[in-house]
Amino acid sequence: MSRKFQYQDDDLIEKSFNWKQMARLFTYIKPYRTEVNRVVFVMTAFGMLTKLAIPFLISMAIDRAIQPREGDPNQGLLYGIMAGMLVLYALRWWAQRYTILKTNEIGQKVIYDLRTALFKHIQGLSFRFFDKRPAGSVLVRVTNDVNSLQDLFTNGVVNSVIDIAQLLGIIVILLCLQFKLGLAVMITVPLMFVVSASLRKRIRFAWQTVRIKQSRINSHLNESIQGIRVTQAFAQEKENIGFFDGMNRSNIRSWNFASALNQLFGPVIEITSAAGTLILLLYGTHLIQSGAMTVGVLVAFITYVSYFWEPITRLGQMYSQLLISMSSAERIFEYMDEKPAVGEKPGAVDLPDVRGHVRFENVEFGYEADRPALRGIDLDIEPGMTVALVGHTGSGKSTIVNLLCRFYDTVKGRVLIDGIDVRDAKLDSLRSQIGIVLQDTFIFSGTIRDNIRYGRPDATDAEVEAAARSVRAHDFISQLPDGYDTEVQERGSALSMGQRQLLSFARALLADPRILILDEATASIDTETELRIQEALGTLLADRTSFIVAHRLSTIRHADLIVVLDHGVIVEQGNHDQLMKLPGGHYRGLIEAQYRFLSA
Amino acid sequence: MDVFRGLKAFFWQDKGFLLGSVLGLAAATALGLVYPLLLRVLIDDMIVPGEFDGLVALALLAVGIVVLKAGCQYVHGFSGGRLGNRLAYRLRNASYEKLQVLPFSFYDSARTGDLMSRLTADIEGIRNFIGFGFAQLMNTAFLVLFGFTMMAIIDWPLMLMTLAIIPVLSYVAIRFELHIHPVFRSIRAAVGRLTVSVQENIMGVRTVKSFASEKHEMNKFKGGNENYRDNHLALAAVWAKYFPVIEFIANLSVVLLLLAGGIRVIHGSLTLGSLVSLNGMLGMIVAPLWTLGFQINNYTQSKAAGERLLELLHQPVTIRSADRALELKDDNVQGHVQFEDVSFRYPNHEHQPSALLGFNLDVPPGSVIGLLGGTGSGKSTVVQLLLRAYDVGEGAITLDGVDIRHIELESLRRQTAIVFQESFLFSTTIRENIAYGQADASEEAIIEAAKLSQAHEFIMELPLGYDTIVGERGMGLSGGQKQRIAIARALLLKPKILILDDSTSALDMETEHVIQQSLRKVMAGRTTFIIAHRISSLRHADEIVVLDRGRVVQRGKHEQLLRQPGLYRETYRAQYADRPDELDAAAAGERRVSG
Repeated sequence: MSRKFQYQDDDLIEKSFNWKQMARLFTYIKPYRTEVNRVVFVMTAFGMLTKLAIPFLISMAIDRAIQPREGDPNQGLLYGIMAGMLVLYALRWWAQRYTILKTNEIGQKVIYDLRTALFKHIQGLSFRFFDKRPAGSVLVRVTNDVNSLQDLFTNGVVNSVIDIAQLLGIIVILLCLQFKLGLAVMITVPLMFVVSASLRKRIRFAWQTVRIKQSRINSHLNESIQGIRVTQAFAQEKENIGFFDGMNRSNIRSWNFASALNQLFGPVIEITSAAGTLILLLYGTHLIQSGAMTVGVLVAFITYVSYFWEPITRLGQMYSQLLISMSSAERIFEYMDEKPAVGEKPGAVDLPDVRGHVRFENVEFGYEADRPALRGIDLDIEPGMTVALVGHTGSGKSTIVNLLCRFYDTVKGRVLIDGIDVRDAKLDSLRSQIGIVLQDTFIFSGTIRDNIRYGRPDATDAEVEAAARSVRAHDFISQLPDGYDTEVQERGSALSMGQRQLLSFARALLADPRILILDEATASIDTETELRIQEALGTLLADRTSFIVAHRLSTIRHADLIVVLDHGVIVEQGNHDQLMKLPGGHYRGLIEAQYRFLSA
Repeated sequence: MDVFRGLKAFFWQDKGFLLGSVLGLAAATALGLVYPLLLRVLIDDMIVPGEFDGLVALALLAVGIVVLKAGCQYVHGFSGGRLGNRLAYRLRNASYEKLQVLPFSFYDSARTGDLMSRLTADIEGIRNFIGFGFAQLMNTAFLVLFGFTMMAIIDWPLMLMTLAIIPVLSYVAIRFELHIHPVFRSIRAAVGRLTVSVQENIMGVRTVKSFASEKHEMNKFKGGNENYRDNHLALAAVWAKYFPVIEFIANLSVVLLLLAGGIRVIHGSLTLGSLVSLNGMLGMIVAPLWTLGFQINNYTQSKAAGERLLELLHQPVTIRSADRALELKDDNVQGHVQFEDVSFRYPNHEHQPSALLGFNLDVPPGSVIGLLGGTGSGKSTVVQLLLRAYDVGEGAITLDGVDIRHIELESLRRQTAIVFQESFLFSTTIRENIAYGQADASEEAIIEAAKLSQAHEFIMELPLGYDTIVGERGMGLSGGQKQRIAIARALLLKPKILILDDSTSALDMETEHVIQQSLRKVMAGRTTFIIAHRISSLRHADEIVVLDRGRVVQRGKHEQLLRQPGLYRETYRAQYADRPDELDAAAAGERRVSG
């Protein structure tokens, strides 16, 4: 059954949590162990104890100072108790301030470390990793998934410890104050736990369903805005409105359900707690009547019992949060466990300044195990040569340059630069000496200047301008409102494809690589720019070993060596004149075809 | 309140729920205040005098009140939830419908992120405020009013004393809000910055790796990550500064009440029960007060959200069908297009020169028109005007002699199909993408369209074939593959008018050539517009129009244009300057043969 639009959903989290994952997550908190301990100590000692002591003091004030059962009221004692309360409140003020600052500090540090570790790891991964995954899903892990652990690390850990302590503290106090009444009231605690847990679980599932539907809606909105021109050109507005209404309706239905359930939580808990209140009032007054308890203690009991709820509800929320966090953690660790397909050898050396002698020795490679993309490739390229790689889509042209840059490793054979196997060189030293101009020029947000400087951040303004002039980009840049300081960005940028291409030429020229690769770099350029690019290419190719992957004849014809590929095998190589002399040759065929298209 | 009056149409039909939400909460609050009163009765009338006759009744009454209160609370929650949800549903549908019909000129200056936040975060803000926030704001007012009235009934001097706390607490709460508001804003900015730094890194991974600039990227990321952390710490600092103070002030009021009340009890001018119940009430009043800042914030935020949403909903739809517009019937359309002295300037670009000036073109049915020119020459404008993506400034465009502004918009666009420069695919299967313009297309028709656009072969090589999900979150396709699917999408419609807006740039020449040949068959008797940079794409057009800065500089057939000096010949030379002599003669011969 096909639908007009289809969106991939996250899975519903069904399982309870994974201790191993939890333990691994906690390794990130380990460096801050002493800080955590200190906060927990401060909060338990000053924050919680003051809170628990207050109702006790109030009960004392009532029973001993205001209306003692025996003897006269004691106004002095009342002053004393109130002063004591004030001191405790002041302590609590300080303790809370300290806890808020510290828990956030710890949490943010942990999140920072975790995100840095994840990003660093992803940076080290190879193309194979990125080939398989859409950019959006990688992004979500570094941003949203890490963010969703924030609550766990800032408040979650510390608060849970404090909550458990508070719960135990209340129980102890209640039992000490009036053992029998304490026991009686506590009968309701398991009931609360059960009700709260079962309701929470349902609520959690309901909200998850809502979230999934909501993210579907967001995906659709996003793409319907981006694709609006297609929609309008194909007159699909009404159909889309119908589709969206269905989506929206289904989302609201789940939302109604979840929200109705969610709203049930508070009232149900309150009704459950009413059982406790009933016991408290009936049995409490009975105890007062029999002289086993005072009014002050009853008031204290009422306060303590109302404190009960806070930690229980919070712990329940915490548990739900933990389950959600665990699924984020799982997704993060899945990436952390990815091994880079192209790794640096332990003894890798810095590649010395490259002269540009490139050799491929019997190279074999495949993106997938059973489908070789290149077989038996032998190439010997002298420094300074311009090499054109020619062939149909999928013939292996781009694969050759990917192997040269070591974006992938060969399956068999080796790739040598100046006699050094690329696998023995440090990746950084290898790639910084190779420049690539890709078909889609990626523009980073920032100024034009920053973009040109991308490969050599320390270049001076004069050098940037010189590079732009050499590739004929200076003219259009100086016509922009802020010249070199014009802010550009990937989407919504005002640059045409051709202008972007010129920028990327300037970028490559400024980086001044010893080996230059142009990967279909001149495919989508408008006529005006085309003429400029032809001129710019001359400057770009001078004095360095270059590889050109292109469909256009004009860029290929002057190459020192033309390598013709077909289904991963080199079928011909030589210069233009040599190859044109081969009757029935591939190259000649391609050239003839191009002119035939022109005139057929 | 104008904003909420503007939004009234979206929630007023649910005024029952609105009432339920407000009254439910108010009733729950009122019942909550009864509880301390019961305590007073318990202490003063039963415990102190030692008369426990009515105890069971009192306890049951207490439980009854709790249950009733819970019920009222549920009424509030349920009504608020329903009210907000139905409002969100209507708002979302209305905004989406609006987005569907807003013209290209709107989207030229709109940003996706901004529209997205209006349809998500802003609707969310309104949902929360109308559903719950409004009731809570009312409730705070009720609570303060009822609470202090009841306290006054019990003991008015003590009430007056505690009343002093209100302005202090409100002052701090509002300052808190003022202080925290900018922090929230900079947190949003920090999140954006972090996202961009990661997003660019991932999307530009090829560039990053090929320049070996991982270290530079790491630093950029570090900046974003630190910024994110520091802003959250700044938030924590504000929180740490205010939250404990607010709690302390509230606690202080309790101490004062107990102290003053305690003395009064000692002196016999107040009962113990009254003191205990006053203490309970104070706790209840203070609790919502310190969230006052948040509630006010909630209100101002949702007001701003409402304004943004209404702004979108009130956007004028400048391109729409005229009254009594002519509805085109498929069979009657010939496809004769005429541009009569058309001039056009992009909206929002009034200070710039016209995108098209005095443009004339006669396109008889079945002809092929080629358009050539640099960036900003106006060639895309020509076809976009034909689609009525914009309306012409001066002059007119006619289809079969009828001004396109008098034709029903949908039926006009159904006669045309365009392949855009950037091939946008939706997240769904390849099959659905090809059938985008015609959902009921048969399997055979879809495959045929894919074959014509040279897409069938690579589609079949994908593991799931036509069922492969593509689009932003789906399978990554190359630029050339996307273009071929976009072409298939247009061809499936068998349009009377086909427009290819530089849509074969990512294809190799051979593939492009094969597609062109099949086009010639499919489009026989139909009208085609081709915008391209390659001479080979334009070569066979019946008329080639060369544009420069909105004006026609050359027009004619390939051979004619080659003989004239000008942009066309220059382009030809750039692309074929190195044309080998041995092929030249042959090609010339072939040309003669094919005429």
